[in-house]
Amino acid sequence: MSVPAFAELLEGLVFSPGRNAKIALMRQWFATQGDPDRGIGLAALAGELVFRTAKPAMMRELIAERTDPALFAISYDYVGDLAETIALMWPADVRSNRPPLSLTEVVETLETAPKTALPQIIAGWLDALDPGSRLALIKLVTGGLRVGASARLAKTALADWAKVDVGEIEEVWHGVAPPYRPLFAWLEGQGLRPDPRGLPVFRPLMLAHPLEEKDFAVLHAPDWRAEWKWDGIRVQLTAGPGGARIWSRSGEDVSGAFPDILAAMTFHGVADGELLVVRDGEVAPFSDLQQRLNRKVVTQKMLRDHPAAVRLYDLLFDGEEDLRALPFDIRRARLEAWFARERPERMDLSPLIPFASMEELAEIRAGARAASIEGLMLKRGDSIYSPGRIKGPWWKWKRNPLSVDAVLMYAQRGHGKRSSFYSDYTFGLWRAQGDDMELVPIGKAYSGYTDEELLWLDKWIRNHTTNRFGPVREVERGLVLEVEFDAAQYSNRHKSGVALRFPRIARIRRDKPAEEADRLETLVALIAGSPAAAAG
Amino acid sequence: MPPHPKTWLCVTPAGLFCEPGGFHIDPQRPVDRAVITHGHSDHARPGHERVLATAETLAVMRERMAPGQAGQSQQPLRYGEVLHVNGVRLWLRPAGHVLGSAQVCLEWQGSRAVISGDYKRRPDPTCAPFELECCDVFVTEATFALPVFHHPPAELEIARLLRSVRLFPERTHVIGCYALGKAQRLIALLRQAGWDAPIPLHGALMRLCRLYQELGVDLGELVPATVQGRERFAGAIVLAPPSEIGERWARRLSDPLPCLASGWMRVRQRARQGGVELPLIISDHADWPELLSTCAEVEAGEVWVTHGREDALIHALGMRGIKGRALHLVGMGEEGEEDE
Repeated sequence: MSVPAFAELLEGLVFSPGRNAKIALMRQWFATQGDPDRGIGLAALAGELVFRTAKPAMMRELIAERTDPALFAISYDYVGDLAETIALMWPADVRSNRPPLSLTEVVETLETAPKTALPQIIAGWLDALDPGSRLALIKLVTGGLRVGASARLAKTALADWAKVDVGEIEEVWHGVAPPYRPLFAWLEGQGLRPDPRGLPVFRPLMLAHPLEEKDFAVLHAPDWRAEWKWDGIRVQLTAGPGGARIWSRSGEDVSGAFPDILAAMTFHGVADGELLVVRDGEVAPFSDLQQRLNRKVVTQKMLRDHPAAVRLYDLLFDGEEDLRALPFDIRRARLEAWFARERPERMDLSPLIPFASMEELAEIRAGARAASIEGLMLKRGDSIYSPGRIKGPWWKWKRNPLSVDAVLMYAQRGHGKRSSFYSDYTFGLWRAQGDDMELVPIGKAYSGYTDEELLWLDKWIRNHTTNRFGPVREVERGLVLEVEFDAAQYSNRHKSGVALRFPRIARIRRDKPAEEADRLETLVALIAGSPAAAAG
Repeated sequence: MPPHPKTWLCVTPAGLFCEPGGFHIDPQRPVDRAVITHGHSDHARPGHERVLATAETLAVMRERMAPGQAGQSQQPLRYGEVLHVNGVRLWLRPAGHVLGSAQVCLEWQGSRAVISGDYKRRPDPTCAPFELECCDVFVTEATFALPVFHHPPAELEIARLLRSVRLFPERTHVIGCYALGKAQRLIALLRQAGWDAPIPLHGALMRLCRLYQELGVDLGELVPATVQGRERFAGAIVLAPPSEIGERWARRLSDPLPCLASGWMRVRQRARQGGVELPLIISDHADWPELLSTCAEVEAGEVWVTHGREDALIHALGMRGIKGRALHLVGMGEEGEEDE
């Protein structure tokens, strides 16, 4: 595969907002490219191809030798991106008629060429490419490649192309490396399944369906086990002689952000649990955990002020022994025995909640007010650990949502299929301002409404716009929306001082005048642990 | 010694004015006598008394303007035909921009100026190709006068579009393009690439396409995309004004894939505005190398820049020993709508 073909793929991914379109583009890629190029492309898509061989300063020097400084300055000012300005201004060498540069040649050269030879080599490549390919190449060699698709989506596309379950790919993924020849050979039926033995690999997680009333009605209490549903991040801990990893729900390696947890993973096995920030045995709000996510560098202060912990609820492997085909009750017993034996630091067990009847369980759920608890998890005692979201064996039974009546303030266009609709809504509540009342924004939602409601909202917004800021419209303060959310928390990043968890539009309150929408105090009273909540 | 063109061609509030001839070129406000380079609305304004242009440009103006607004009297002039106006020799050369587009060539006492209007140097199946006319002063546009603008061959962009249509056969590709010139050129390029399916058009594009057909440009079968039949046009390539591709009109199409055909698509950030999913770099203007080579080929000692990015162009011309001058003509290329 050539660099121009790769550049076209990247361009397509960056410009296509839709998941299906991205999958189609990548599937086409796997179907039409040969080894080893398609594997190198896959590595780039999965974020595993990162070079920092060329510094932006080197690229600047190369372009300075070839362009007038004044023209470069005017152009850079207009384009705004250094790599793109260079790619577009680079004088093409029309005499060059060499065969299209292959991605493999680029990767192999970058790995082997002496540093001093790089400027000349890169310049030679740029001479022979079109502007779009030059941009892809510059981004690649300077480590600034933005793919416009997640690693998970790349694997999904690969599975889609090979007609296997994406879980199959996840299970072997961390045991193979670019350019993934054994992986492609296996997917094409020309080789054995790559054996990840020993290496830490991600095992696709078992997920739960939301419990609805009709499902609840048929549940027979003795069949079920209950746990709290913790408001953290689902993780899989994998450790053994081959190393230790912390995987996110989608199989992303998040070990780097949690060195404190990683250090505690001295065991051999695979465990499933909830990542939380815990201080003195108390689970901190989700926003505290957010501080720890996506950090390249974790400071000592961060480790001290936001200590992470994992609340364990399942054991998939004990040593090399695969427990996933065993029923939940047996796995739970194995988990408890394993935990008693290993005693890993920074970890505890998610307790089972005893209950005699479903009615009793409903009361327990209704009584749970702690912010760290989203509701209940129900697991069948005889359920094996099957990856994916299968309806029946596991249910998540969230707490009844909280709600306020808020006033629509701003609307923004959506993306992809919704790009012609004003589908993202910012809403606010009233607050006293001297003798007057003012609206303060409390959050943003882009779900919960039906297609008909979206059409109606879109029309209302277009007819009641008072101001436009690019894709955003400010509207008359005249429409009340009933906003549902799972929890409210204090936040110093919001003007209102409050942040909502999972806000969504529950209803359009056409009947309600805007002046009668809720006040900010009403929302503050809903914050767990707030003085107002205690008083109420 | 012939007089320098600046002594007889000057900038007035209405635009460029030829004093001895007593006429304006592409005036921005109603005047007595106007010579019009082409039909885009920033060049052809309504309300002039007497209008001189190619027959095609006059037809475009009549089609687009309210009755009586396209000039009280209209005088067509063929390419190459010479007219004498108060001692000024006047003739038109094709500018290769859109159907009927012309460079206005003027000669007064042995001194010659060419006002090129908007132009491009690439082949275009819907209009006559640009013809070079040497002169003392060349008046040029500068829409894409930055070294970052290199338009790729239009055929490659069409091939990219057709690859996308093959990859997403169930979706409707909606291409945003301007009603005059770009729409017809796209259709003709699609036909050349072998796309012979009927091409559905947004209502705003239909009249000018019909006019092109009446003037002898073959565009194949065109159908209205405004039908009440709620047809979804899966797998079709549909053309619409740029402002409509992400709008309510496009909703009933089959999972529409918004494309935009414009020279601005060369720059990513420009392309990403407005939700474009497939940017097509197809322009009816000269790109940077073409602007520079044209200014050199006309052998003019001086180049005047009407509108666009004159700073870069004047700097680059200076390095080539050509004197540049920015005219700062108000109203040209500002609307965006006809800008490209």
